[in-house]
Amino acid sequence: MIRADYELIAQGVPVESRVLDLGCGDGQLLAHLQRVRRVSGYGIEIVPERVVAALRQGIPVLQVNLEEGLSGFSDHSFDTVILSQTLQAMRHTKEILREMLRVGREGIVTFPNFGYWKHRWQVLNGTMPKSEDMPYEWYDTPNVHLCTLHDFERLCADIGIQVIERRVMNPAGRTVDLMPNLWGSLAYYRIRLQA
Amino acid sequence: MTRTASSVGIVTARIAHFDVPLHLSSGAVLPQYQLVYETYGVLAEGKDNAVLVCHALSGSHHVAGQYAGDPRAVGWWENMVGPGKPVDTDRFFVIGVNNLGGCHGSTGPSSVNPVTGQPYGSGFPFLTVEDWVESQARLADHLGISTFAAVMGGSLGAMQALQWTIRFPERVRHALIIAAAPCLSAQNIGFNEVARQAITSDPHFHGGDFYAQGVVPERGLRLARMLGHITYLSDDAMMTKFGRELLGGTPRFSLEVEFEIESYLRHQGKKFSERFDANTYLIMTKALDYFDPARAAGGVLARALKPARAQFLVLSFTTDWRFSPARSREIVQALLDNRAVVSYAEIDSNQGHDAFLMENEDYFAVMFAYFERIAGECPP
Repeated sequence: MIRADYELIAQGVPVESRVLDLGCGDGQLLAHLQRVRRVSGYGIEIVPERVVAALRQGIPVLQVNLEEGLSGFSDHSFDTVILSQTLQAMRHTKEILREMLRVGREGIVTFPNFGYWKHRWQVLNGTMPKSEDMPYEWYDTPNVHLCTLHDFERLCADIGIQVIERRVMNPAGRTVDLMPNLWGSLAYYRIRLQA
Repeated sequence: MTRTASSVGIVTARIAHFDVPLHLSSGAVLPQYQLVYETYGVLAEGKDNAVLVCHALSGSHHVAGQYAGDPRAVGWWENMVGPGKPVDTDRFFVIGVNNLGGCHGSTGPSSVNPVTGQPYGSGFPFLTVEDWVESQARLADHLGISTFAAVMGGSLGAMQALQWTIRFPERVRHALIIAAAPCLSAQNIGFNEVARQAITSDPHFHGGDFYAQGVVPERGLRLARMLGHITYLSDDAMMTKFGRELLGGTPRFSLEVEFEIESYLRHQGKKFSERFDANTYLIMTKALDYFDPARAAGGVLARALKPARAQFLVLSFTTDWRFSPARSREIVQALLDNRAVVSYAEIDSNQGHDAFLMENEDYFAVMFAYFERIAGECPP
């Protein structure tokens, strides 16, 4: 099964380009990109079971702790660096965004939109939000830095990152153009360093 | 999918003779020599399923299985190689070879020099990892194998696998570089030098020509091995395994064995000195010291690895302080600079350098997954 944001990401990745997938999990996304975009590159993962799963997918995977940066990679050694549904679980948010755009010409970031109406509704009703894209209970969530579209865009502006493209989806996988910070559950951004 | 793992069973070593002179890195020439090796599994018709296992400092060609009449002589990587094991001998044709200069049947310092009719002893040439790879390639030719599905090894064995990818890029599809370093550190060389001094200062060493004297520099070998064992284990593993309990409960104020670690090291040293050749130990440690592929490439490892075409799996172990994960990451870094296809895993283990020989769930899961990938490329 292909996750909803994979198709979107594939569209943003040039054919035969070099890709680094941060927090690659079981390697499905990179394997997908190898198939449909003939990309080369690596997945990065820290959890041993996921490293094994990625090896089974047949993708090159490196067991590296993203929180320690990407010091093993030289500047601009990739066309695209992907951070797919991982940003919200990272402690060093600013640092990883900067590192992405040091080693890659472009970045692709996807994350669950905390501003999605169902999340807001649950908070209004006095509970922590849970949804398709944020399926965790408050006490066992890996997420530490959830944000809304507005929050993310403000951070980008603050640290000199330019948004090239934004796509927002609802849980059905359809693009949301009207009031995306309210109706969209999943955000997709293509970013680069400001000129 | 899960099958019961078993052993390759009874195995027999074979010997290959070579009469074409081998020109060594030192400038010396071996006019003729023999290599002892074992094979497990069946070489596929397309000869595309061969895996070469390179051994470390004290290893041998006896990687897996047992010898008839000696059920205790189990191969040194028995847990890794066999039917249903990560290196599955139902899929792969696995070769173990004793390195030149060894003392398990390949031509070495204890072999008889055909020119003099006496053991080589001090007259045996120094060897390098490069020389070993050269001689292993001749064995591969002899067995009709032009390309290996994988060349693998741990520690010094991993250095040989790395050298294979540089020297014979077209002959290696996958290289598994386990618990390795791209070269020894000054500290590593320091430990080796102490071990060598222990051997050469033993009165029974006789400058390396002890065979004719009917003696063995046993005490030197024991010390060398005891020192080695300290560097193979982590502080943690040692403490857990041996603790610091006094055997008698209270100090006896004597030099007899009082702590369990003393008894362990003495036992290991004794066992080793009874089966290993002192000159081989010297040659092997010198080969370790000399290994430094970057040296010929202006000190840049990536440049040294430029010719490599293999796909790599690099593995390190968290508590390995002999060849720490940072040393493995140097290799990974160089491969990344070259845009090579490389995977890297840092296995959580408290076993130190020895971890590469131990069964560990994460380690074996990685090995299983990786060899399944390799097997997928050479369908039965």
